[in-house]
Amino acid sequence: MTLLELDDVSVTYRIASGEVPAVRGVSLSLDSGAALGVAGESGSGKSTLAMALLRLLPRDARVGGRILLGGEDVLTMKWGRLRAVRWAEASIVFQGAQHGLNPVRRIGEQIAEPMLVHGLAKPDQADKRVAELLGQVGMPAWRAQSYPHELSGGQRQRVMIAMALACSPKLIIADEPTTALDVMVQAQVLTLIKDLVAEHDISLIMISHDLSVLADVCGQLAVMYAGRVVEHGPSREVFHDAKHPYSRALAAAFPTVGDPVSRLAPKGLGGDPPDPMHLPSGCAFHPRCPIALEECSSLDVELWPAGDRRSAACVHVRAKEEAS
Amino acid sequence: MTETEAPAETVSTARRTLLEARDLRVEFASRGRRARAVDGVNLAVGEGEIVALVGESGCGKTTLARTLLGLEKPTAGTVHFDGRPLKYGSKALKEYRRQVQLVLQDPTGSLNPRHTVYEAVAEGPRIHGLPDEADIVNSALSRAGLRPPERFLLRYPHELSGGQRQRVVIAGALALNPKVLIADEPVASLDASVRGEILALMLKLRDELGLSALVVTHDLGLAWNIADRVAVMYLGRIVESGPVEQVLTAPRHPYTQALLSVLPESPERVVLTGEPPDPTRIPGGCRFHARCQVLASGKAAEAGVDARCRGELLDILPASATAQAACYYADATG
Repeated sequence: MTLLELDDVSVTYRIASGEVPAVRGVSLSLDSGAALGVAGESGSGKSTLAMALLRLLPRDARVGGRILLGGEDVLTMKWGRLRAVRWAEASIVFQGAQHGLNPVRRIGEQIAEPMLVHGLAKPDQADKRVAELLGQVGMPAWRAQSYPHELSGGQRQRVMIAMALACSPKLIIADEPTTALDVMVQAQVLTLIKDLVAEHDISLIMISHDLSVLADVCGQLAVMYAGRVVEHGPSREVFHDAKHPYSRALAAAFPTVGDPVSRLAPKGLGGDPPDPMHLPSGCAFHPRCPIALEECSSLDVELWPAGDRRSAACVHVRAKEEAS
Repeated sequence: MTETEAPAETVSTARRTLLEARDLRVEFASRGRRARAVDGVNLAVGEGEIVALVGESGCGKTTLARTLLGLEKPTAGTVHFDGRPLKYGSKALKEYRRQVQLVLQDPTGSLNPRHTVYEAVAEGPRIHGLPDEADIVNSALSRAGLRPPERFLLRYPHELSGGQRQRVVIAGALALNPKVLIADEPVASLDASVRGEILALMLKLRDELGLSALVVTHDLGLAWNIADRVAVMYLGRIVESGPVEQVLTAPRHPYTQALLSVLPESPERVVLTGEPPDPTRIPGGCRFHARCQVLASGKAAEAGVDARCRGELLDILPASATAQAACYYADATG
């Protein structure tokens, strides 16, 4: 069953010097209990997209298209309904956990807050539920009495995940949940997220610039560049056999240790991610593309079928498909 | 597995040692206790060699790097540069820092937002009173890949992309013609597609200028990408070191094995529980024993070394270029 459907979603920021198209026509869908990874760099629009899902963007952002969560359009929802949807139907785990917690309040109070606000627990039951949630994220119940500064980075991120779980949402959006964490702690948090998704039948949207991490956790992968999805498909296939040259570069940026090809040969792309205010003409990737053709500077290719359940927005993909 | 034929090894043993930590210890006072951040480290960086120092946060790798730079005075042991012990007088340190330069993680934080690229790169040469400042700045910028340099001289950091900013930081380090770069997570704050370019720049500087580097990182992929040798640090000590190919494809220390096993794609994960322990309470015996998966699985007991793991202090590894691990189990099983 489809839980979330994005239909031609666009986000434009209006600033003093003009309009900034941050997300430009993204269509994606997510089944209940499934995990979708959204990959991209800074400026690709991936975080803007995540915020748009729950209408958390600032006022100067204009959102177009439709965002259907369980059949309801988030963008046209009444304010009261939206408040109920946030936390209870869908919740977000932001990057940089240390900034998301109130430093002068105990962990337990902060985890209990969304439940109390939404009337999902009475104050006398809240403590029990907090202990249960802490248990789910692998922390002892006495930690409810701690303040954020008494916890390590990994523990704080666990607390954020416990908060996101508090109201038993159907969807969790995790924006770079492990970016600031050490490898071992990152592995702990990722294992935790994977288990929670599997055990509680929660859907997950995970956002990261690290394709290898996304391929590990999510079944489906969408790669974003300059506000668009440029490749979409089953994550292992996208990671190991990317069709779009940008996804290929992103996959190569995180080498597999032991792979002789990447030994003493770091791979990157020339140039920098484009400024959304001054997007290149044609395919936005063409100035950095190692296999760009002349037509790429004027032709903007849409997502094109690229094999079973896969699509990519590249002239080379289109040429191949048309030939076959 | 130690008999792997590795030509890189013979090359690195022949390298002349440039920067060296000898039995280095650095302690801090921490909430009324002593934190042994660096607790006996021998580490050498040879001429034209890139050494990766890997470990989790809190393992002491940044303290070790700061001590090698002379920013921190060791409690015991010495830092040697070019065969001579480092002196801590202000004149001697100033001279030392022409030879050994630091590149920090976050280029946005390490550049002054109100200084142009020219001023940022010229700061070092100015402090050292070098002649022909403009020439130095131009050549440093082009060596760092900002070409043509004239295009960047008058720009401010906010007008540059993350990758360009990190290149300016590297240019600032290169302006003094150093022999060694110490880079603390040089690409951690950069976009994925830009990382490779900065790492390729470090390799190029090594090949063209013979620059040595100590790269402090938690990223084993980065070590695989650019380093000749890797040293794995845990709770203030190097627990395993050697040529990258050997250590990262056939790790002998259980900690290195665990670190490699949690990389995406690896078949069998060993996720260690808990956070890295506290440098104010370093456990007795092998400092890793409380989290060690080999000890917990009973394999150490089978090999008859479990009592030593729990109770007997390990020797400090020497600054050797060949592969070595500080582990009773690895020693007993070969």
